[in-house]
Amino acid sequence: MLDQTNTALVRVRDLQMHFPIYSGLLRRQTGAVKAVDSVSFDVMQGETLGLVGESGCGKSTCGRAILRLYDITGGEVTIDGTDIGQMSQSDLRTKRPTMQMVFQDPQASLNPRMTVEAIIREPLDEHTKLSAAEKEAKVGELMDAVGLNRRFAKRYPHAFSGGQRQRIGIARALALNPKFIVCDEPIAALDVSIQAQVVNLLEDLQEKYGLTYLFISHDLSMVRHIATRIAVMYLGKIVELAPRAELYSDPLHPYTKALLSAVPEPDPAIAQTRERIVLQGDVPSPANPPKGCNFCTRCPAVMPVCKDIEPTYQEVTPGRFVACHLFETTGTAEKTAGYI
Amino acid sequence: MPDGALQPGSADPVLDVRGLKTVFKVRGGEVHAVNNVSFDLRAGELLGVVGESGSGKSVTMMSLLGLLPSPPADVRGGSVRFEGQDLLHITPEQLRAVRGGRIGFVFQDPMTSLNPVFTVGYQIMEPLRAHMGLNKNAARARAQELLELVGIPGAAQRLDDYPHQFSGGMRQRVMIAIALACDPKVLIADEPTTALDVTIQAQIIELMKELRDKLGMAVIWITHDLGVIAGIADRVLVMYGGQVVEHAPVQELFRNPQHPYTRALLTTIPKISGERARRLTVIQGQPPILGDAPTACPFRDRCDVAIARCATENPPRYDLGGGHDAACFVAKGAVDA
Repeated sequence: MLDQTNTALVRVRDLQMHFPIYSGLLRRQTGAVKAVDSVSFDVMQGETLGLVGESGCGKSTCGRAILRLYDITGGEVTIDGTDIGQMSQSDLRTKRPTMQMVFQDPQASLNPRMTVEAIIREPLDEHTKLSAAEKEAKVGELMDAVGLNRRFAKRYPHAFSGGQRQRIGIARALALNPKFIVCDEPIAALDVSIQAQVVNLLEDLQEKYGLTYLFISHDLSMVRHIATRIAVMYLGKIVELAPRAELYSDPLHPYTKALLSAVPEPDPAIAQTRERIVLQGDVPSPANPPKGCNFCTRCPAVMPVCKDIEPTYQEVTPGRFVACHLFETTGTAEKTAGYI
Repeated sequence: MPDGALQPGSADPVLDVRGLKTVFKVRGGEVHAVNNVSFDLRAGELLGVVGESGSGKSVTMMSLLGLLPSPPADVRGGSVRFEGQDLLHITPEQLRAVRGGRIGFVFQDPMTSLNPVFTVGYQIMEPLRAHMGLNKNAARARAQELLELVGIPGAAQRLDDYPHQFSGGMRQRVMIAIALACDPKVLIADEPTTALDVTIQAQIIELMKELRDKLGMAVIWITHDLGVIAGIADRVLVMYGGQVVEHAPVQELFRNPQHPYTRALLTTIPKISGERARRLTVIQGQPPILGDAPTACPFRDRCDVAIARCATENPPRYDLGGGHDAACFVAKGAVDA
């Protein structure tokens, strides 16, 4: 399981990413979409941190903000000992080789006018001073590493299937020997039988190169397979973070419970006997989140305090973090114990 | 799942599809998207259809209702019996009366299948006025009833809202309301929850089960998610390469899968509970390109139990007893032995 002596490769503290809303004749700022609102977590060296949540909860924005693909509104992001939160784009450029990204849609994230070879070589052109021959050798190596036939180096992305395109994206991310890779829903666009191929590849590469992943996904079964620890996001905040085994066997936050119970189980015997918690209603708008706890509008265990005071995100047992009044040490937890 | 489990052969099928073939004409050749697909649907049952993209599951259902533009699509053969008619051999006007009337269709993407410039109320009233000849007031009353049926709060007011004012899950509820408008006997739902989040998906699944029990219609549910199928279906068709490769009652399929593809598919998905696999099982290779009429088993290149015969002959669906059949020489041989 999680090795406590491990050091954090990535430290995120109070990360905020707000997108302003302009309205009226003068286009004045009248509000903000709080896509990521005070999120804190660590990603340990060599681990895979799963980041799960429903669409619109801010998980992709969070991943992009950590790599500074956005100018963040506030907070600290420390990667490999350097705080990049407020770093200028030119300084950031020298840090880019350590942190890379694999995107969701392999169709849209590869330039259709570049050959596979050129796509994988581009980071080498930008960031290294290798000779042409060295680059060619490196591209070949990368193609072998991700299981693409070298003979296809001169082809264009359209000639490849979805799974193979995702391999090209992974090879490109690996080109500069990164330490940290944000995988933003890398398998969401792939068929079931191809998903397993890509996940196994990511695991092999992690072992071979000692990579650290932030694995963003909405597929809770797949995250259970790949991640060491898992953070659950809801409406811009992390509601629970726990090691894999604990999170799936004993979820604490009511949202995590509901989310896990909503995942369809591929076994009719279990599917028919299992108690489902069906949440009512929809996720509120992140531009206008409810007062108090963000989840209070849909929570089956809601208490009066939830509609008033925002729960603090705190460590309830070693390695387990949760933001819920039910688990706050000073307060109302006892009253509603055993509510579900 | 409702306890009204079906007794096989208890009634005549509502929908009976035999030997359906659909071919797309493309530049430089043809794509044989649906090959000799046969199945029946009984009253009140929920038939799950699973398969990966390109397996022909959506094209099959669209062929039944003449929803594919021709050209490029060409429905080459087979029969589709529904209420004493063959849907493949009736006039477009007759087919139009069936479509949206006696057979409802829910599409995958609720974001793009509603018309953004008409109110939701107008779009629900459209089939009511066209198929049932209701006047404006009666149609509006019925539309409100339908919105309430699918669980949209404040239905009377929301009839005047436009699709963009609804969330994804709500739009899918509207789509279901439209499909249910004329009391269909058969509802075909093409990946109705794929575009939705899991918590919303759970809401829609519960809703569909409830409606099926309440209205007693037969449902065909197309999906690529075996988890969804396990939770709702009575019987399952597994499609691969444009063909039905396995067909069984749901319990039987998950407990005793016979086709190597079904078996591989069941081991390749990670589970949310129980033992965690150290490594995912992989189905090697890619799905087939259906350039020619099939002369061999479409799964043979990825199959780990393939025999010589698989490359020379396309296996028919062998009856394995108990309403279970599989298109596989090896499965047939194992059962016979």
